[in-house]
Amino acid sequence: MGHLDLVHLEKAFGATRVVEDFTLSIAEGEFISLLGPSGCGKTTILRMVAGFESPSAGAIRLAGADISGLRPRERNIGMVFQSYALFPNLTVRQNIGFGLEVAGLPKPEIAPCVDEMLALIGLDALGGRYPFQLSGGQQQRVALARALAPRPRVLLLDEPLSALDAQIRVSLRTEMRAIQRELGITTLFVTHDQEEALSISDRVVVMNKGRAEQTDVPFAIYNRPATSFVANFVGALNTLEAVIENATGGHVRIADLTVPLGRQLQGQKGDSIRLAIRPESFRHGAGAGGDIVLPAVLEDVHFLGSVIRIRARVAGQLISVDSFNRPDQPPPPVGATTALRLSASDILVLEAS
Amino acid sequence: MSARRLLAWAILIAAVLFFALPLIGMFEFSLRARRGTWSLDAYANVLKDPQFLGTLAYSAVLSVVTIVLGILIVVPTAFWVRLKFRRFRPVVEFITVLPLVIPPIVIVFGYLRLYNTSSWLPLTGSTTGTDLLLSLGYVTLSLPYMYRAIDNGLGAFDLKALTEAAQSLGAGWGRILYRVILPNVLVAVLSGAFITFAIVIGEYVFAALMNRPAFGPYMVWTGSNKAYEPAALAVVAFGLTWGAMGLLQLAATLSTTGLSKTRLSKTRRTR
Amino acid sequence: MADITETSLLPENRKQPRRAALDWLGLVPFMAFAVLFLLYPTAHIVIGAFRATDGGLTLDYMAGLFTPNIIKAFTLSLEVSLLTAGLGLALGLALALAVVRGGLPGFIRSALLTFSGVASQFAGVPLAFAFIATLGRLGFVTVLLKAIGIDLYGAGFNLITLSGLVLVYLYFQIPLMVLIITPAIDGLRTDWAEAAESLGATTAYYWRRVALPVLWPSLAGSFALLFANAFGAVATAMALTGSSLSLMPILLFAQIRGDVLNSQQLGYAIACLMIAVTGIANLLYIVLRARADRWTK
Ligand SMILES: Nc1ncnc2c1ncn2[C@@H]1O[C@H](COP(=O)(O)OP(=O)(O)O)[C@@H](O)[C@H]1O
Ligand SMILES: [Mg+2]
Repeated sequence: MGHLDLVHLEKAFGATRVVEDFTLSIAEGEFISLLGPSGCGKTTILRMVAGFESPSAGAIRLAGADISGLRPRERNIGMVFQSYALFPNLTVRQNIGFGLEVAGLPKPEIAPCVDEMLALIGLDALGGRYPFQLSGGQQQRVALARALAPRPRVLLLDEPLSALDAQIRVSLRTEMRAIQRELGITTLFVTHDQEEALSISDRVVVMNKGRAEQTDVPFAIYNRPATSFVANFVGALNTLEAVIENATGGHVRIADLTVPLGRQLQGQKGDSIRLAIRPESFRHGAGAGGDIVLPAVLEDVHFLGSVIRIRARVAGQLISVDSFNRPDQPPPPVGATTALRLSASDILVLEAS
Repeated sequence: MSARRLLAWAILIAAVLFFALPLIGMFEFSLRARRGTWSLDAYANVLKDPQFLGTLAYSAVLSVVTIVLGILIVVPTAFWVRLKFRRFRPVVEFITVLPLVIPPIVIVFGYLRLYNTSSWLPLTGSTTGTDLLLSLGYVTLSLPYMYRAIDNGLGAFDLKALTEAAQSLGAGWGRILYRVILPNVLVAVLSGAFITFAIVIGEYVFAALMNRPAFGPYMVWTGSNKAYEPAALAVVAFGLTWGAMGLLQLAATLSTTGLSKTRLSKTRRTR
Repeated sequence: MADITETSLLPENRKQPRRAALDWLGLVPFMAFAVLFLLYPTAHIVIGAFRATDGGLTLDYMAGLFTPNIIKAFTLSLEVSLLTAGLGLALGLALALAVVRGGLPGFIRSALLTFSGVASQFAGVPLAFAFIATLGRLGFVTVLLKAIGIDLYGAGFNLITLSGLVLVYLYFQIPLMVLIITPAIDGLRTDWAEAAESLGATTAYYWRRVALPVLWPSLAGSFALLFANAFGAVATAMALTGSSLSLMPILLFAQIRGDVLNSQQLGYAIACLMIAVTGIANLLYIVLRARADRWTK
């Protein structure tokens, strides 16, 4: 049992089922991201936890107690909205102090709390401003501080960074994670940005069509995707069509190349399967290691600075290969033939679907 | 949650009662002209009265004149203010809402004192002059609605870019207004026109004080001399207002569907 | 294609220095219209109220307003306007909230807005007739209620009284309020309410601390507009009551028609007072709005 438990949650709007059999256990102080394409039900789950939607079935437990019957204002769960939802008629200080004021704290006790939050988000000097006088990033921080000020038991964040430009997004997410660590607050974070989810979460839940496809630490999500949806949604992926040569021995054929995968395969000789390989798994050029060698023709070479991105044809199929730039190794010319090397463990076998 | 829903329904039902009952009452009353049974006698009597058609036609013509004058005054101004005098806009907007603040009877009072036979501009000295003054007065009354509708319409597209594009192709101001701007604010102009029609068709104070044979004064005269005919007239007036608003709605709907597309392709072709 | 020859670019360039002056020409038609048919007539009345026959300044005419029947008309007008503006504001707000935020089916909203567009213009003579036909002594509802044993007029109701007039005015005041306030209610974002609730606030608390302050300028503006709308209305009251209810604008109407006050200038003074009242109502709104503007752009 975790701090926050979502047990077999279901939600249907009329006939459309938006969340199906969603189970998740979050430990105290854990930072969990819900990652999935737009419309897959992330917001709906968050709103059920906050109390703005009631589940069609299932339970929501906070520290062991079922909170499904409580109104949102009785739950003491903080929420940061995608559009910040700062009260336009209140100053930054009044916005942050809102929750404390509601709780009936006397004014002299509210002020130091607000000061502390202002210091935490680094906006000490801007307490007297109105929301419209702040930049997007500053508004976002105030929204965070407002949600945190009453010391909620859980913090919910619904795509809090999506309205900001790329640079601020990166710096703010790091800052947010630092604040979350400092306060040790249990956090459920929603995003459709995989890099965001992978970079700051303890664990990531990849969602598709209202279901949790995989729940794991970021490293495992990326390197050992459980389903082809996860593999495709998280990170870039090359897929190669292959035919099983020997299921028990783990040999497949890609055109006229025989490739040993070093693991037992489901199916039998002659079945076609799909292999998936991350662009950065390939190595090429002098001194490259790896037990599998694929001859390739380079069709296109893009120099992107730190990364060199190559489009290559392997056994008639186009793939993408990323390698790091090295000053002593200029990009290969277009039209050249090269040997791409990789390890059997770099190859994912996607279930036929 | 459901308590709120219940309250909302209660409020809505009360509102429907309040707004529907006078309309039902008016309609029922207009059918009572023949003793003991419902009939259309009141309407027949109204139609038989030459004054009815005469005053209605007078008001209708006047509303058309008012609409044309209003468009000629408002469209170029709203366009010009948006294009060249952005800082002057609050002033113009302030002027255009004044007719909502200054009581209409005061405005017409001013007209009668300023433009009488002994003044430098003796508009009320002749019938045509009075008609013109009445129409200009109606332009004033409808100014807040007309200006707002058209200004909103102008805000819906990039006026500066379109104008400059037309200018770079050598179009003069008249051509820009007529061929480029007007087609793009047609719906806004129409909606302003229908509101103007609704205002003019039953207006009483201006017409009565200027002694013109309009529909409003005719209704009042009927009101103090007949029993059931006033209700019939009210039904007619209400029908006309609804008709104008219905056309307005239709124009708005058409603009968001087919009309705007054909308009767009038209402008493209002429360019 | 032929357009290009219409104006060549060269003379355009030569005009440059005089451009700004020429630009102002574009505003002349409107300004001429506004001055001749709105500003000057109004100013003429205001000035007339203070100009003695010898051309000097005088307060005699304004002082002349302090006669019992003018004071009575003024109070009655004020009463009707304040009541219908206040009730129109509250009821219109309630109706708009119910329809926009009450979880009613979506089509009701557009139906209400269309109807409000009609009803807010359905003032004047026909409206008075409709109410006479409904709540007059022989009106539809009066007769209907009598049939089930409720005698409205026996119970002291009368359409041709202050309360009757208020009821009739509400027929256009409420829709006008709905039209003005609906965009403002749309501007109240639902996530403000949700944010407040997740911070522990009750609905009442949210309304007191956030929603009402945000709506405040719109409410003040609506009130000023509704007030002016009622204060200047003539036709509805005249068609409803003849001249048995003496309101300010009815008094002015009679004065313009037949000089019932036996003084040209007293008419000016009445008109001037009316402008002053509606003007002050709107000035108040502008001041209040400026104060609320400190947290908006
Ligand atoms: N109140 C509602 N009524 C009907 N459908 C809804 C409602 N809220 C969300 N949905 C639907 O549920 C699905 C999931 O929505 P949401 O949880 O907002 O997705 P996400 O946040 O992952 O983008 C969407 O298809 C959306 O259209
Ligand atoms: Mg969402």
